[in-house]
Amino acid sequence: MLDEIHDSIDDGLDNYKLLIIKRTEDDATVLQKTDFEEGNYTIHKIAESEALRMRDYFTDTLLYMQNEDDLEPVRMLTSAFKHGEDYYQLTVFNSTVEEDDLIEDLFYSILWLYIILVISIILINNVVLRKLWTPFYSLLNELKSYRIDKNVPLPTVTGETKEFKELESAVNALIIRARETFYNQKKFTENASHELQTPLAIISTKLELMLEKESLDPANAENIEQILQTIQRLTKLNKSLLLLSKIENRQFNEPSLVDFSKLVNQCVEDLEDFANFRNIEISVDKSANLTYLMDESLASILVSNLIRNAIFHNIPNGKVHIIINENSFQVTNTGKKEELDSSKIFDRFQKETNTNSGTGLGLAIVQAICKLYGFEVGYSYDREHCFEVKMG
Amino acid sequence: MKILLIEDEPELAEVIRDSLEKELYLVEHAPDYDSAMEKVALYEYDCILLDIMLPGGSGLDILEELKKESIDGNVIIISAKDSLDDKLKGLGLGADDYLTKPFHIAELNARIKAVFRRKNLNGSNQILTGNTVLDLNERTFTVDGELFSLNRKEFDILNYFLVNKNRLITKNALAEHVWGDHIDQSDNFDFIYYQIKNLRKKLQSSDAKIEIQSIYGVGYKLVEL
Repeated sequence: MLDEIHDSIDDGLDNYKLLIIKRTEDDATVLQKTDFEEGNYTIHKIAESEALRMRDYFTDTLLYMQNEDDLEPVRMLTSAFKHGEDYYQLTVFNSTVEEDDLIEDLFYSILWLYIILVISIILINNVVLRKLWTPFYSLLNELKSYRIDKNVPLPTVTGETKEFKELESAVNALIIRARETFYNQKKFTENASHELQTPLAIISTKLELMLEKESLDPANAENIEQILQTIQRLTKLNKSLLLLSKIENRQFNEPSLVDFSKLVNQCVEDLEDFANFRNIEISVDKSANLTYLMDESLASILVSNLIRNAIFHNIPNGKVHIIINENSFQVTNTGKKEELDSSKIFDRFQKETNTNSGTGLGLAIVQAICKLYGFEVGYSYDREHCFEVKMG
Repeated sequence: MKILLIEDEPELAEVIRDSLEKELYLVEHAPDYDSAMEKVALYEYDCILLDIMLPGGSGLDILEELKKESIDGNVIIISAKDSLDDKLKGLGLGADDYLTKPFHIAELNARIKAVFRRKNLNGSNQILTGNTVLDLNERTFTVDGELFSLNRKEFDILNYFLVNKNRLITKNALAEHVWGDHIDQSDNFDFIYYQIKNLRKKLQSSDAKIEIQSIYGVGYKLVEL
């Protein structure tokens, strides 16, 4: 920019020079002007050799200015010309821009421009963009908290923005598909288990009738008995799977206030014969009343599975100790002298031994019930096996 | 005694019929909703065994119809669905009992007998066999008029045997009936053997004219001597 200004001033100075030289031809007094004074030029007489050596040149210099009472930058043209037989040196000047002032001015303009720009960007971002993206963020938040296993309405986008509407329909289509797959999968176990009930009923009833025949020889009877046992296991397994999928599908919705000490006593009473038979001592310690609003049949399954486990995986002459606290209960039992793998025992079909009796689903059912109600179930071993259920 | 069996699965219907005929009941079979509706409208039955999922309609609708027409059917629902909803609905509609498939024959027998007993209740609720009387209201057992004490489980076992007189009761059926779902592990057989041994001893010492016999090691049956 400064070059442009210089160029323009230089042109002016050139023009001025020509005007002055032209004037000297009409008015010789002009040649006497050896000081700037009121005019912007000086003329000095110089030697011919000097004049011939001289080329036009521009310089930036400082001159004292009356009005500013200071030295100000000027652009100066020094040239030589011939008048008659004499040679003269001509110096013309023009005040030029004050570069430091210019730079300062420019700096401030740019600074202001920048500040205004930044403020506008912030304003646009905060007010306009935020307003524009509101539907997007509300959809995003809805999606973050969306659970496919809960039957809640599909997320929606407010406003009419076409892109967001498209996003909404794509997201909803995805959710509907995922939900369908999820429910089908959940329903599968339940349906399969249901469909198995009737064939199992036919086989077991037929075999039981067959066993009643007098003509059966003992070896055949034993075979049939073994088949019946296997079918019995199958039936139990089927029932447990059905129960498990029902718990996971949340099909138990008859909450009532369950008194756990009552439940524990009932369960102990039911299992007493068996415990006595194996010489296992059951003791119950109750330090507080433990009640919870939940489905009673599930509470009963929860308690009885744990106590049953404690009795069946016990050693002869062993002990089962049940402790009921204010918001937890513990079942501790003697048993095998080694710790169980606590990361696996609650998994399905994790059997500690290869006894063909249990379904391997007892503790999985316990865990499913606890998960349903947000209880915490844990296992620990300190010479005795201990299962603890903590309620929130 | 006339029983209507409403069951769409032909094979299951056949075995149930066989078993019921051993008890000398007269059994009629309806394989679908329409024939069942026709039969209950035309004839009278002492007991109706009702499947819920039927071709052509729901067993619960039949139950509703019976209630509307105030037909006394003594209905036992036999369903593959172990659903509390169905159970409550069925019992609310006047069914007497609800049995989930698969079931033991002995269990079905016991339920039917219980229905009959309730129906023909004349103030007392007793099972008379040989020289013994099992009083279900008083929960007492007498032999030749002499009272014998039985503990709770022994009483339940004997009751189950008496309603299934001359029929095989498998160890599993017995365990399930008396101890419910609590005992389903392999060593339950020794346990049941032990329980039966005790009961047998008591019966022998009481001079009761009934005996519990072992059948092939599979189960037991009670016979009158």
